[in-house]
Amino acid sequence: MANKIPRVPVREQDPAVRATNFEEVCYGYNLEEARLEASRCLNCKKPQCVAHCPVSVKIPDFIAKVLEGDMAAAARIIAQDSLLPAVCGRVCPQEAQCEGSCVLGIKGEPVAIGKLERFVGDWELENGSKEKADIQSNGHKVAVIGSGPSGLACAADLAKLGYEVTVFEALHKLGGVLQYGIPEFRLPKDKVVSREIDKVSRLGVKFERDTIVGRTVTIDDLMDNEGFEAVFIGSGAGLPKFMGIPGENLNGVFSANEFLTRNNLMKAYEEDSDTPCYVGERSVVVGGGNVAMDAVRTAKRLGADAYIVYRRSEQELPARQEEVHHAKEEGINFRMLTNPIEILGNEEGWVTGIRCIRMELGEPDESGRRSPKAVPGSEFEIPCDTVIMSLGTSPNPLLASTTEGLQTTRWGGLIANDEGATTREGVFAGGDAVTGAATVILAMGAGRKAAAAIDEYIRNK
Amino acid sequence: MFKIVEKRLLAPDIWLMNVEAPRVAHSAQPGQFVIVRGPEDGERIPLTVADYDREKGTVSIVIQAVGASTRKIVAIGQGECLADFAGPLGQPSEFIHEDIESLRGKKFLFIAGGVGAAPVYPQVKWLHEHGIQADVIVGARNKDMLIIIDELRKIAGNLYISTDDGSEGFHGNVTALMKDLIDNRGKRYDEVVTIGPMIMMKFVALATKEYGIHTIASLNTLMIDGTGMCGACRVSIGGKMKFACVDGPEFDASLINFDEAMRRQGMYKNKEKIADHRCRIGRDQ
Repeated sequence: MANKIPRVPVREQDPAVRATNFEEVCYGYNLEEARLEASRCLNCKKPQCVAHCPVSVKIPDFIAKVLEGDMAAAARIIAQDSLLPAVCGRVCPQEAQCEGSCVLGIKGEPVAIGKLERFVGDWELENGSKEKADIQSNGHKVAVIGSGPSGLACAADLAKLGYEVTVFEALHKLGGVLQYGIPEFRLPKDKVVSREIDKVSRLGVKFERDTIVGRTVTIDDLMDNEGFEAVFIGSGAGLPKFMGIPGENLNGVFSANEFLTRNNLMKAYEEDSDTPCYVGERSVVVGGGNVAMDAVRTAKRLGADAYIVYRRSEQELPARQEEVHHAKEEGINFRMLTNPIEILGNEEGWVTGIRCIRMELGEPDESGRRSPKAVPGSEFEIPCDTVIMSLGTSPNPLLASTTEGLQTTRWGGLIANDEGATTREGVFAGGDAVTGAATVILAMGAGRKAAAAIDEYIRNK
Repeated sequence: MFKIVEKRLLAPDIWLMNVEAPRVAHSAQPGQFVIVRGPEDGERIPLTVADYDREKGTVSIVIQAVGASTRKIVAIGQGECLADFAGPLGQPSEFIHEDIESLRGKKFLFIAGGVGAAPVYPQVKWLHEHGIQADVIVGARNKDMLIIIDELRKIAGNLYISTDDGSEGFHGNVTALMKDLIDNRGKRYDEVVTIGPMIMMKFVALATKEYGIHTIASLNTLMIDGTGMCGACRVSIGGKMKFACVDGPEFDASLINFDEAMRRQGMYKNKEKIADHRCRIGRDQ
């Protein structure tokens, strides 16, 4: 019986060692391990994993090919639905999607779908064709704003259909959140991100870096003067939030975005980097999402005694299970049901600590999670040198404010229908710019949907 | 890659670079800034736009070599390329949105210190092109450190110079010169725009408050992306948190918490004082 085989453990860097370096935590499966794990899949008639994948990757089909040892075929099956398997295999919240609905998970452990996807994705980056795709241009130009997951997915699909696609990126490196947000130890930049983007380049997609649409050039310029017939906005949700508590402008308080950008995009952790980063002896990260886990584990790797402070309980942590598990292994201190009320500083204006209050869980709120309430009189202090605010991010208002007819919701998300069409004709949007901060896979799915809608829009024009 | 079509030494360690960046040149307005990286692995450095030529597709920046990253940028020669030149970023100067007739009724005074003369230039030039002659004060430590004087003289109403050592023009700082103009030389101003070191802008703002002159200051805070993502540039304006990169860089000077802004600007300079054996910050400053 195939399902009697226990889930094949994945090899990882020793926690004590990896807490001092930025190399990838997880080594992934080798061929033998991948095939053994693939043999556990029951190949269900009505696969729940596919139903719970935001882009409906044909999971049992690709796993069957892994079992056969035909990685090229497995890669082709995944490619029908996903552009970035080496990325998604690493960063998707599998426990809430495919693996969370795997039948094997009812009594035992689900098939390690994420690790298998990663294996196939890595195999393809290593062994797949490096030839430039031979695609006949259809003569229509489309602009894509942002080179993150949604923009890449939209650009790739449109390029395959023959569109001449130019992706405009504000930063000096491509990949959006994959580049500036997710750390090297979770998503290697040269080995994975750059090579996934190279795949998109080989489809004929052009990239223009250092171009802030809304400032360097406007959407109107692109459509009226540069011949782009449609625009896809995948500008993400990059604006950091602060709590509005006293002391947030003290030296030593950073947004998680700043802290992570210094390290991921600017490589501040490398000895010869010109970009500085200060972490101090003790660092407190406020928040419980993936970004908070990334920030706290980065702080640890820079040498700090690192803390997570989160206002709900561990059960409510929005981060991926694997990240929480890895963080604990690495010696991160978790302070649950704790909410900051003030950041304390010295006369020079530097952080000396964070004043918190204990919380208890009350009734579930509209998100279904039990809402935290402060316990009166339970204030206490955690001495620290830096505080990193990881409270979520919101979309950048620049495009909405510089593009006539582009409307946003009250909280700043672009208004778009299910196909990605915004309130401005010819302009489509998807990913975090529409939904607010979500996942790579959802953004990728939205980019693909919008690509189909853009194709239809241009063909019917 | 962005080609440096012209590079000139303006004063010791202060360089002007004219950079080929057609899209930036097309969109740049007075008051905005760019983010520059010299070499491929360099730091992102925000620099205020010093001039732009839409037809030639070039943008000028003036850069003072003070740290490792700025030294790397000025080491790049004419004809060579900067790795990155992104912009224009931030809000343009407020006055470009104002009604020209009402602008013509106003008397402007620009107060620049050190390399601050460079970003003042496109603002004075814009006003000049719209028939408005603004007065300009340029201050520097000594006469060798004065920059863009000849260019400013052509477009300014009156150009006044102050040097700390009295080697040229008024002997004293820019604030003292401004007070002299108003108190002793019968000058009257409706708007002051000040760009230079934070400490200078702070004292200009304190002085203009006494005269009741509306004053704008351009904040050169720490930044990484320059697009609103990192929040390193956050400043308190009238007690509210603002990002210099997207809400600024120009703000009503009377509302700026300059002491906090100066403290935050020096965050990485003074860090070596705090015991942290792993800390590499400040090693290049």
